[in-house]
Amino acid sequence: MKQIFTRKNLPILATTFVLVLLFGTFSVLFDNFLSLRVVTDLFASNAHVGVVAIGMTFVILSGGIDLSVGSVVGFTTIFVATLVGKHEVHPVLAILLALLVGSVFGAGMGIFIQVYQLPPFLVTLAGMFFARGMAFVVSKQSLEINHRFYSAVIDAGIPLTDKVILRAPACIFVAVFVVALVLAHFSRFGRNVYAVGGNAASSLLMGVPVGRTRIWIYTLSGFCAALGGVVFTFRTQAGNATNAFGLELDAIAAVVIGGTLLSGGVGYVAGTLMGVLIYGTILTGIRFYGNLDSSWQRMAIGALLLVFIVIQRLLTRAPAREASH
Amino acid sequence: MRGISKAFRGVQALKGVDFTVRAGEIHALMGENGAGKSTLIKVLTGVHPRDGGEVLLAGQSVSPQAPREAEELGISTVYQEINLIPELSVAENIMLGRQPRRFGFIDWKELHTRARRALQRLEIEIDLHRSVSSCSLALQQMVAIARALDVNAKLLILDEPTSSLDEHEVAELFKVMRRLREQGLGLVFVTHFMDQVYAVSDSITVLRNGELVGEFKTAELPKIQLVGKMLGRELAAVEKVGDTMALGADAKTTGDAFLTAKQLGRKGGVEPLDLEIRKGEVIGLAGLLGSGRTETARLLFGADRKTSGSITLDGRATALSSPAKAIGSGIAFCSEDRKSEGIVPSLSVRENIILAMQAGRGILRLLPRRKQDELAAHYINALRIKTPSPETPIQNLSGGNQQKVLLARWLCLQPKLIILDEPTRGIDVGAKAEIEKLVDSLRREGMAILFISSELEEVVRASQRVLVLRDRKKVGELSGEQINEDRIMEMIATHE
Repeated sequence: MKQIFTRKNLPILATTFVLVLLFGTFSVLFDNFLSLRVVTDLFASNAHVGVVAIGMTFVILSGGIDLSVGSVVGFTTIFVATLVGKHEVHPVLAILLALLVGSVFGAGMGIFIQVYQLPPFLVTLAGMFFARGMAFVVSKQSLEINHRFYSAVIDAGIPLTDKVILRAPACIFVAVFVVALVLAHFSRFGRNVYAVGGNAASSLLMGVPVGRTRIWIYTLSGFCAALGGVVFTFRTQAGNATNAFGLELDAIAAVVIGGTLLSGGVGYVAGTLMGVLIYGTILTGIRFYGNLDSSWQRMAIGALLLVFIVIQRLLTRAPAREASH
Repeated sequence: MRGISKAFRGVQALKGVDFTVRAGEIHALMGENGAGKSTLIKVLTGVHPRDGGEVLLAGQSVSPQAPREAEELGISTVYQEINLIPELSVAENIMLGRQPRRFGFIDWKELHTRARRALQRLEIEIDLHRSVSSCSLALQQMVAIARALDVNAKLLILDEPTSSLDEHEVAELFKVMRRLREQGLGLVFVTHFMDQVYAVSDSITVLRNGELVGEFKTAELPKIQLVGKMLGRELAAVEKVGDTMALGADAKTTGDAFLTAKQLGRKGGVEPLDLEIRKGEVIGLAGLLGSGRTETARLLFGADRKTSGSITLDGRATALSSPAKAIGSGIAFCSEDRKSEGIVPSLSVRENIILAMQAGRGILRLLPRRKQDELAAHYINALRIKTPSPETPIQNLSGGNQQKVLLARWLCLQPKLIILDEPTRGIDVGAKAEIEKLVDSLRREGMAILFISSELEEVVRASQRVLVLRDRKKVGELSGEQINEDRIMEMIATHE
C-alpha cells in the first residue's frame, strides 16, 4: 500500500544509509565501538543538540529558520545557574521559569514574523543577538550549580542492562523525540506545519490557521531551545553565558542532513534524530581514533551537508520538470 | 445574490449586480477580463466584504466573512490556480483542516475512508497515498473538487477550471460536473471558452464593466449574440463600417515579408499558427481576452519559448530565443501592462526614453548628454508628448502621454517590427486617436506593426490585415475590404 522508495523518502533513506555506513565502518575499525554503551553515550552527549534540532525541524518544515536557539541555550544555562546559585531558587522552579522564558521569547519572534510579515532569518538573527546579550546581563562569569536535585538527576537513569544506564539527558532526548513524532504526524498542528511549509498561500485558502500555526512553531522552537539549555546544565552542572555558541548552525545542519528540505514542507522528525546521531557518531569515531582533533568532525559535517543539499536540489528540480509537460 | 456592489479605492468593480444559481444547474458566468467575474465570486465566498446588496442561500440571508465561513455554509470554490499542498498526499489534501480525530490524535484510517468516499462521489480512482505533486493537473483539479465537496457543499464554484486542461481532461471534468448537477448541486462555471459554456451549461449570466448585462438560457442565446453582449455592442448597431476603414484604406503600400512564422506555437500557450508580417503593414490581432493574443506576441518577441514551428526574419531563419535577441534583430515590444513592465515612474521623461538605447550600449558607454537631450526633444516633438519639460518624472504624465514615451523608447532603437499590445488601454479618446495616427505614420515609413487591442473598432481602423484568434487558436484571417467588426465577431463566435 505505502511505497517506501519514493522521491519524497529518498533524502531520509540516504540519511539512514549514511548512518548505517558510518556506524558500520567505525565498528569494523575499532573494537568495542559496536556496543550499547556507545549508543547510549551517543544519545546522552548529543541530547542538547538533539532537543534543539527537533524544535528546529518544525521551524524548517514550515519554511522558516530559527537562528536564536544557540543563544537561548546559552541564556538558559546561566539563567538557571544564577537562580539556583545566587538566589537559592529550587532547581525545579528555576527550570520551569527558564522554559517559560524560552517559550515566550520564541512566541515573540513568531508574532513579529507573522504580524509584520518579516523574514524569519532576520527576526531570529535579531533574537540571536538579543538572547546572547540577555545571557551576559544575567552574569558574565561562569557559575557552578551545586544542588541535591542536580546530583539526583545526574545519578538517575533507566538501567538497560547491569552496566548500561540511559542517563537523564538521553531520556529527555528520547521523550522529546517521541512527543515530536506524535505531534508531527498525528496532530492537526503538525499537519498544518507541513501545509504551511508546502504552500502558505494555498494553506490560507484551504482554511489552515497559518498565522496561529507559525506563532506556535516559533514558540515550540523557543521551548525546545530552553529545554536544550536545561539538558546542557545536567551535563556540565554549570552555567555560562558563552555556552552553545553557534549551536543553531549545528542544529540546522542536523535537520538538513536528516533530509528535511530547507524550502519547507518535506521532511521527518525521525530524519532529524538520524541527523543528530550521524553528527554524534562522527565525533565519537574521531575520539576512538585518538589522535585526531574535532576539526575533522567539522570538515566531515561540512562535506556531508554539501552532499545532502546537492541531493535535495536534484530532487526538488525533478518534480518541476515533470509538472511542466 | 441581489444588487451586489463593490468598490476598490474609488473604482466601482460591481454595480448592483444580480446573480441567481438554482440547485441542479450549471450556470456559466461570462464576461471579459475586468468585467467583475472574479470580484463577484470573491464577494460570494467572503474573500471581499460587499459594499451593498445581499446574498441569499436557500432563502436565508448570509454574509460569510472568510472562505472558511462560506465553506461551512455550503459554498465551496475551486480556484483557477489549484490551491493544494503539493508535497502532502491526496487524502490529506482532501481532509486538511478537517481531519477526523480520536482522543485528540488524527485518525488516519478514518481519514482515508472519508477521502475515498469523497473521491467515489466523483467516480474517480486515485491512490490516496500519492503526493499531489505527482498527479497531473487534471487529477489535482479532481482532488480540489473532492475537497470542496467533502464539506457538504450546496454550491460549487469552478473558477476557470479548464484553462490548463487538454480536451480529454476537459471532457472528464464535464462528466463530473454533470454528475454533480444530477446530485442536486448548483454549479457556477467561470470561463473564457465559449464552446465549453455551450457544451455544459444550462444558463449564462453575462457581466460587463461591473454591470449585469443579463441572464440567459444557454439554449436560447446564439453564440454570436453572446459575443455581442460580452463586447457590449449589438450587431445591428455597428455603425459606419465604411468610415472606419478610412485610415487603412490606402493599404497598397505594403512591401516584402519581414517576419514569417510557420506553425509557431507553445504547449499550454497557443496552438501552432502561421503568421506573416510585411514591411509597411499593420497586422491586427483580434480575439477575446485569453484567446492567445498576448501569448502570440510574447512568442514572437522570444519572451516565451516556442515549442513548435519556426520564424524567418528578412528571409533568414532565426531562433529568437530571448528578448535580447529579438531586440537585436529589430523587434520591439510595447507590453500590455505599462505600469509594471514598462515605465520607471520616478525617472524623467528623457531618462525613460533613452532607457532601452542605453541598455543596448552597456553601462560603460554612456550616451552623451547632448545626444540624450536631442533624442528626447525630437520625440517629445514628433509624438507630441505633453510634458512641462524633458526632466519631468514620467509618473506626473497622463496615461496617454506615458504610452507615447514608451513608444518613443522603442522608436529610438529604430526597430523594423514593433509589437503594440493594448497600446490604448486606459487612455482617453483623444490620446487614442493620436496613437492610432502615429501607428499609421510609422507604417507609411515602412515599419511592420503588430497591433493588439480588445477594442474591435480600433483593430479594424488600424490594420491592413487581421488575424482572428479564439481559444488560443488562429481561426481565420481577414484582409483589406473584408475587415469589419461583424465579420470578426462572427469568426469569434461561429468557428468550429
